[in-house]
Amino acid sequence: MKEIERNCKKRLFLNWFVQALVFVITGLSLVPLFFILFYLTKQGIGSVNWSFLTHLPRPVGESGGGVLNAIIGTLIIASLSTIMAIPIGVTAGIYLAEKKTGKLVHLLRLSTDILQSTPSIVLGVIAYLWIVKPAQSFSAFSGSVALAMMMLPTIVSSTEETLKLIPYTLKEASLALGVPYYRTVLKVILPSGISGILTGTLLGIARIAGETAPLLFTAFGSPYLNFNLFKPMNALPLVIFNYASSPYLEWWRQAWGASFILIVMVLCFNLLAKWGASKWKIKF
Amino acid sequence: MEDKILITEKLYAYYGEHCVLKDVNLEIPKFKITAIMGPSGCGKTTLLRCFNRLHELSPGGRIEGQIWLGKTNLLSLNPIMVRRKIGMVFQRPNPFPTMSIYDNVIAGYKLNGIKIKREEADQIVETSLKKAALWNEVKDFLHRKGTFLSGGQQQRLCIARALAMHPEALLLDEPTSALDPKSTAHIEELIIELKDSVTIVIVTHNIGQAGRVADYTAFLYLGELVEFGPTERLFTAPKDKRTEEYLSGKFG
Repeated sequence: MKEIERNCKKRLFLNWFVQALVFVITGLSLVPLFFILFYLTKQGIGSVNWSFLTHLPRPVGESGGGVLNAIIGTLIIASLSTIMAIPIGVTAGIYLAEKKTGKLVHLLRLSTDILQSTPSIVLGVIAYLWIVKPAQSFSAFSGSVALAMMMLPTIVSSTEETLKLIPYTLKEASLALGVPYYRTVLKVILPSGISGILTGTLLGIARIAGETAPLLFTAFGSPYLNFNLFKPMNALPLVIFNYASSPYLEWWRQAWGASFILIVMVLCFNLLAKWGASKWKIKF
Repeated sequence: MEDKILITEKLYAYYGEHCVLKDVNLEIPKFKITAIMGPSGCGKTTLLRCFNRLHELSPGGRIEGQIWLGKTNLLSLNPIMVRRKIGMVFQRPNPFPTMSIYDNVIAGYKLNGIKIKREEADQIVETSLKKAALWNEVKDFLHRKGTFLSGGQQQRLCIARALAMHPEALLLDEPTSALDPKSTAHIEELIIELKDSVTIVIVTHNIGQAGRVADYTAFLYLGELVEFGPTERLFTAPKDKRTEEYLSGKFG
């Protein structure tokens, strides 16, 4: 009897101890995040005001000026890459989820993994070689191509993982009604997986919105407000990179401001993805 | 003898090298309920899935022999056309989670891109749900998603979905195995009511269910059709020793 009681006490203590350990470690892992957010807010919020959001950059020496062109540029470039990456990524994801085995599947999975781990600057160089060099001009379009390549693996794997979770019985229900295979995929499987695909895409956008390296020799940056996709375009990460490496105090201040705006944008995308995942979730 | 609607001749079914059905010769009468029973793994479900050619979609699924749908050779038809003529209801209720109750019922038209007029669609939805004894329970929220319904209601929705296509035969694959006794009783009543308008083939694990609903019963054992006949005769005076042993609970 005593033996059991002692054993129980030991169990309870161990349970308490491990639980405490988990809490401490969780807390520790959150420290860097909160530190970054705190420091960015402290440094950045001072430079952010209405005119910073709505004005174009001014030359060195003149005070004021803003990053309107970079905000718009980031939105344009990110949207364009999403438009390019979604059709290819979702198609590949469907293929992987439906086919499951085979030579092409193996190859596709391998390439997705490699693309996932390719350094972003390499993708920038590739886009430079493919588009900037033949066109003899830096362009927003080439930046979008580089970022689309970065987004692809996220979209492919989120599509694949989501579609794999859809019960086979649903597919059978459709096939048993005499629905051809392609219509089953398009009208039953895909709509059932839409929440996962959208979430994956939003996370992909959040991931590329802050990328600098692929844009360095593609979108290049520009001090003007530009809507032409085939001309250089500014983006927030480029502003941060250029301003932070400049020798001017005023520009450093603005780099902090731009960083703050960028992280708020990325956070919004992440929260949107989380919210969307629960909102559009489909119960089977 | 009555008209036969589904006839198999020397039917063999395989999964890769594994032979699941051996030399099955079965004649399923029109507008009757035929039960296929047998122990697990005897090939009941495979036989059912040969009739709407869903078996061919399983990895390595292959059929040899003949199946006739009335006077036409079912294996020479396009599988898609076969599945529009022969409806199926599965073990677990599987309404489409993205669609409303209304859309679920006419899913066979919608998903196939068959254009129907609004009034016609309303009509099909109403009659199908009425036939499936679900109309009174759902008529006030036809445009809500079907997934909040109970398991039994979902299964009746699936039956309505199959009936909406006006099938010549309805295949039921252990339709009550995932349901509670009350829903099971409800579905059994429904099946009996339906037989005037559609031929029903039901696979069941449950001897009692075969006894309660079926006009004819087939006993399948290890991929062979051991015995087939009117349910009453088969239950009271089985000709084969194996049937007798199965019915008395010696195996299965």
